[in-house]
Amino acid sequence: MKLLKVLAVCITVLAMAALTMAGTLEDVKAKGFIQTGVNGSLFGFGKADNKGVWKGLDVECARAVSVAVFGDPDKLKFTPLTAKTRFTALQSGEIDMLFRNCTQTLSRDTALGLDFGVVNYYDGQGFLISKKLGVKSATELDGATVCVLPGTTTEQNVADYFRTNGMKMNPVVIENTAELAKAFFAGRCDCLTSDASQLAGTRAVAPNPGDYMILPEIISEEPLAPAVRHGDNKWKDIVNYSVLALINAEYLGITSKNVDQMLKSDNPKIKRFLGVTPGIGKALGLDEKFAYNIVKLIGNYGEVFERNVGVNTALGIERGLNALWTEGGLMYSPPFK
Amino acid sequence: MSKAINNNTENISFWYDPDKRSVMYQIGAACLFVFVAWYLVSNTMTNLEKQSIATGFGFLNTEAAFEIGESIIEYSAADRYMRALWVGFLNTLLVSFIGIILTVILGTFLGIARLSKNWLINKCAAVYIELFQDIPILLQLFFWYAFFYETLPSPRDAVNPFSGLFLCNRGLIFGIPQSHPVYKYMAIALIFAVIIIFFMKKWAKKRQDLTGKTFPVFYTSITLIIGLPFVCWLIGGAPTEMSIPVLKGFNFKGGMSISPEFAALLLGLVLYTAAFVAEVVRAGIQSVNRGQTEAAKAVGLKSGQVLNLIILPQALRVIIPPLTSQMLNLTKNSSLAVAIGYPDFVSVAGTAINQTGQAIEGVMLIMVVYLIFSLSTSVFMNWYNKKMAIVER
Amino acid sequence: METNIEIVKPPITNVGVIGWIRENLFSSPLNTVLTIIIASILWFSVIPFLQWALIDSYWLPDSNCKETNGACWSIITSNYKVILFGFYPQNILWRPITAIIMLVSLLIISRNRNWWNAYLGYSWLAGLIIMGVLLKGGILGLEAVDIEKWGGIILTLLLSVFGLTAAYPLGILLALGRQSEMPVIKTFCVFYIELIRGVPLISLLFMSSVVFPLFLPEGMSINAILRAQVAIIMFTAAYIAEVVRGGLQGMNKGQFEAADSLGLNYTQTMRLIILPQALKIVIPPSVSILISAFKDTSLVVIIGLYDLLKTTQSTLSDPKWMGFSAEAYIFIALIYFICCFFMSNYSRKLEKELDTGL
Repeated sequence: MKLLKVLAVCITVLAMAALTMAGTLEDVKAKGFIQTGVNGSLFGFGKADNKGVWKGLDVECARAVSVAVFGDPDKLKFTPLTAKTRFTALQSGEIDMLFRNCTQTLSRDTALGLDFGVVNYYDGQGFLISKKLGVKSATELDGATVCVLPGTTTEQNVADYFRTNGMKMNPVVIENTAELAKAFFAGRCDCLTSDASQLAGTRAVAPNPGDYMILPEIISEEPLAPAVRHGDNKWKDIVNYSVLALINAEYLGITSKNVDQMLKSDNPKIKRFLGVTPGIGKALGLDEKFAYNIVKLIGNYGEVFERNVGVNTALGIERGLNALWTEGGLMYSPPFK
Repeated sequence: MSKAINNNTENISFWYDPDKRSVMYQIGAACLFVFVAWYLVSNTMTNLEKQSIATGFGFLNTEAAFEIGESIIEYSAADRYMRALWVGFLNTLLVSFIGIILTVILGTFLGIARLSKNWLINKCAAVYIELFQDIPILLQLFFWYAFFYETLPSPRDAVNPFSGLFLCNRGLIFGIPQSHPVYKYMAIALIFAVIIIFFMKKWAKKRQDLTGKTFPVFYTSITLIIGLPFVCWLIGGAPTEMSIPVLKGFNFKGGMSISPEFAALLLGLVLYTAAFVAEVVRAGIQSVNRGQTEAAKAVGLKSGQVLNLIILPQALRVIIPPLTSQMLNLTKNSSLAVAIGYPDFVSVAGTAINQTGQAIEGVMLIMVVYLIFSLSTSVFMNWYNKKMAIVER
Repeated sequence: METNIEIVKPPITNVGVIGWIRENLFSSPLNTVLTIIIASILWFSVIPFLQWALIDSYWLPDSNCKETNGACWSIITSNYKVILFGFYPQNILWRPITAIIMLVSLLIISRNRNWWNAYLGYSWLAGLIIMGVLLKGGILGLEAVDIEKWGGIILTLLLSVFGLTAAYPLGILLALGRQSEMPVIKTFCVFYIELIRGVPLISLLFMSSVVFPLFLPEGMSINAILRAQVAIIMFTAAYIAEVVRGGLQGMNKGQFEAADSLGLNYTQTMRLIILPQALKIVIPPSVSILISAFKDTSLVVIIGLYDLLKTTQSTLSDPKWMGFSAEAYIFIALIYFICCFFMSNYSRKLEKELDTGL
C-alpha cells in the first residue's frame, strides 16, 4: 500500500510537471520553443523525412515565426495532428500555433475559439482520379465512390458539389491522410477529393504517379492559413507578420542570397523592412532585425514555395493564385512601416 | 462497574462516535465532490465563453451537410444532424445485432468443439480461442479491412462466381428479390407465426402438466414459421423477379451490397468475441454434473430430451449472464468502426464534433447512447436472474 | 509357477500410436468424417500459408518485394526500429531496450510466488524509477527525450503497465467505497463504476482528447499522452473495483467479526486482515485485466498517439511499403500474442495454485 501511495505521488508530480503557464509569447519565450501543430503526413506541406527532419511549406512558415521570436529556425517542436484533433489541440493550449493547411471559414473563426492569421497558401478543392477510368471532368462522377477526410471543409464541399449537380456519391471516410491515400491507391474509391495541393502531394507519393490525374474542376475556395488561440492579439500579430515578411521580401526583391547587399539599399521600404531604420521590431515586441533574419535564414515566399511545392519538386505546382499580386496572384503584403 | 461503562458511552467524544463520524465523512465527500464538479464546470464555462465556442444541442437541428457512406434509412447531406446521428445509431444497432447472432452461433460451435473427444477438433478450437483472444480487436479490424481492399479486385474485374453475385473491393454485391408489396405481408405473417408459437408453447406445457400428453411443439413451430410466409407469398402471386446488380458507371447498380468496412467490422467483431463466447459455453456445459445426464438416461429420456430438458436449462443458467456481458462487449467494441471508416454512431458523432466544435455535447451523446445499451442489458439481466433463480422447495 | 502365468497384452489397436489415433481421431463414423474434413482444410490452408510466409518470402532489408508472390518480411527488417520504438532517437535505442529487458526480468521474477515480499516491492519501485530515468534522460549525462517522442512498444507498455499500477489503488478505494455503509460514498462509487463500465473506452479517449482540455483552468495544459493515460487509468480502475469487490465479497464474515472483536478500527481491519487476503484471491482476474489493458492501449491510435499499431500504420503509408499490410500486421499481432499468451498462461497457473492452497 505504501508503495502504491508513493506511485500516486509520482503521478501527481508528473502531471504537475506537464503544466504550462498562460500568455503565448511570454510562455513561448520562457520555455524556449514553440509547439507547432502540423499535418504530419502531407508531403510538401508538413511531413518528417526518414531522418526525422520536418519539411514543407507550412513547416517553413512556422520556422519563420521561430526566427522572428528566437532568431533561430529550429526552436520548434512539432505535433502531428489529424483533422479531428487539430483545433482542440490549439484550444487546449497543447500547441501554440497551428500550421496545418487549415481552411479559414467564418464558422471556424467564430465558433471554434481560434483566430486565423494571414493566408499562406490559396488552395481549391479538386479530384484525383485514376487515368484508367477515362473520366475527363468532375461532372462525369455520378455514382462514384469518393475518398474524403472526415470533419473537413472538403467533406462538406464535395457533398454540396454533388448535390448542386444532381449527382450521387458514396463517401468513404478515413481519418488519416496517409491511410486514405492508401485506400485510394488500392482502388477502394474511384476518386480522392481534397485541396488541389494535397492532391498533388498524394499523387507524388503514388506507387505510379503517372497513372493518376487531377481533374480540371476546382469546386471550392480554400484559403489555408495558420491559426492561433482566440484573443491573443499580440501573438497573432507576430505569427501574421512573420508570414507576411516572407511575402514582403519577395515583393521587395529580397532573397536569402542578396539580403546582405540589400542592407545597403537606399530604398526606405527596404531599410525599414530589414531593420536598418528601426521601428517595426519594437512595434511587435521583437528584435529589430527579425525580418532580416527570416529572409537570411529561410528566404522569401517565392523561395519557400519553389523549394517545397514548386514546379521543380515532385509536386510540380504552378504559382497560380499564390504568385504576388504584381504577377497576377493574390499574395499581397501590407507595408512594413 | 456497569455505571462506569454507561458513563463512558454517554461521554463519548463527538469525534469517536462512529455514527457521527460516518455522517462527517459523507458530508466531507459530498463537499469535495461538489467542489470538484463546480471547479470543472466553472473552468469549462470560462473556457467556452473565452474561446466563443457555441453550447447546447441547438446544432442538432441544423443542416449536417455531409454524406454518410451507408445507411439503412433515407439520408442525404441536406438532412439535419439529428437524422445523421440517427443513421449512425441504426448502423451501430445493425452491426451489433447481426454480430451478436453470428457470434453466438460460432461461439457455441467452438465451445462444443473445445469439449469434443476428437483430438484434432479439440486442439483446433483451443488454438483458435487462444489466438483470437490474445490479439487486440482493433488490430484484427485493421487487418481484415486492409486484407479486403488490398487483395480484392476493382469493380471492373470483380470476381463473379455465379450469376448475380460479385466480389470486389467495393464489397460483396448480390441480387435480391425485386421489391414487391407481398414481402411486407410475408414479414407480417412471420411475426404472426412467432406470436402463435409463443401461445402454443404455453398451451402445450399447460396441457402436459394437466394430462401428461406431449405436443410436437418443435415441428409445428417450424411448419408455422416457414408455412405462413410461404402461403402469403403464394397468395400474393408468387413474384420471382430479382434485382440483379449490374456494373453501371463506377459502381454496381441494383441488388444489395455489403461494404468492405461493414464486412471487416462484422468479421473482426465476430471472430474476436466468439473466442470469448466459446469459453463461456464450454464452462456452462462443464458446469452440469455428468450424473445428471446419466440419471436422465436412466429415467428413459431420449438424448434430444436430455439436452433439451436437463442439460440446457442448467447450462444456460450459467451461460446467459457472461454471454450477455460478451454481447454488450461486442456492442461497445463496435465503436471501433470509427477507425476503419464504417459510419457507426461514434464515427458520425465524431464528425459532428469536428464540424460544430461542440465536443462536450458530442461525447455526452456517445456516452448516453452506450449507457442506454448497458442499462437495458442490466435490466434484462436482473429480470433473467430473478426468473431463473433456483426455486427451492 | 510364475512362468506359467501368461501376460495377455491388449490388442495392438488399443495401445501405442495406433490406439491413440483410434481413440482420439476415429472413434466413431462421425468423428472420422470430421477428422478428415478438418485435416484437409488444414492441409490446404497451412501449406500455402507456409509457402507464402517462409519459402517464397523476402527477408533482407530493402529487397524489392514487388517481384515475389510470397511474404515481404523485409518491411519488418527495414523498419523494425520505427515500428518498435517510434520517434525515439535511433542512436540511443539501447536505453529503451535496457528498460524493456528490466521490465521483463522483473515480471519473470515476480512469477514465483515464493519471492513475493517487501524486497520485491522495493525492487519494482526502484526498477520503475530506473526505467523512467533511462527513457526520459536529462540527468546523469543522458540525453533528454521528450515524452512525445516515446512511441511504439514503449508507449504501449507505459500506458498499460503504468496504467494498471496507478489504477489499482484507485480501484481498491472504489471497491471499498461500494461496499461501504455510508450511502453518499456508496452511491458515488456505484455511479462511477457503472458509468465507466457502461461506455466504450473510445468515448473516454475522445473525452481525454477533446473535452478534458476544456476542464482545465485557462493556460494549463497536459500533453496528449498523459491525458490518454488518465483516461486509461480511470477506465481500468472501474474494472479493478469490480474484481476487488468480488474478492471482498468472497471473504468470510467471521474475518470481519474477528477483527472487530480484536478492537481494530476500519483502516486496520482492511489493511491488516481483509485486503491481504482478498487481493490474493483476485490476482488471477487482475492479470486478465492487465491483458485487456495491454490490448486496449491499441485504441490510442484513434486519437493519433504513436503506439505500436500507429507506428506500423505510418510505415505502411510509405509508398515503398504500401500493400504489405498483412506482413506488418502479422508481425505486431505476434508481439501482442506472445505477451498476452504468457500472461494468460500465468494467470491460469496461478489460479490452480491458489485453488489448491485454499
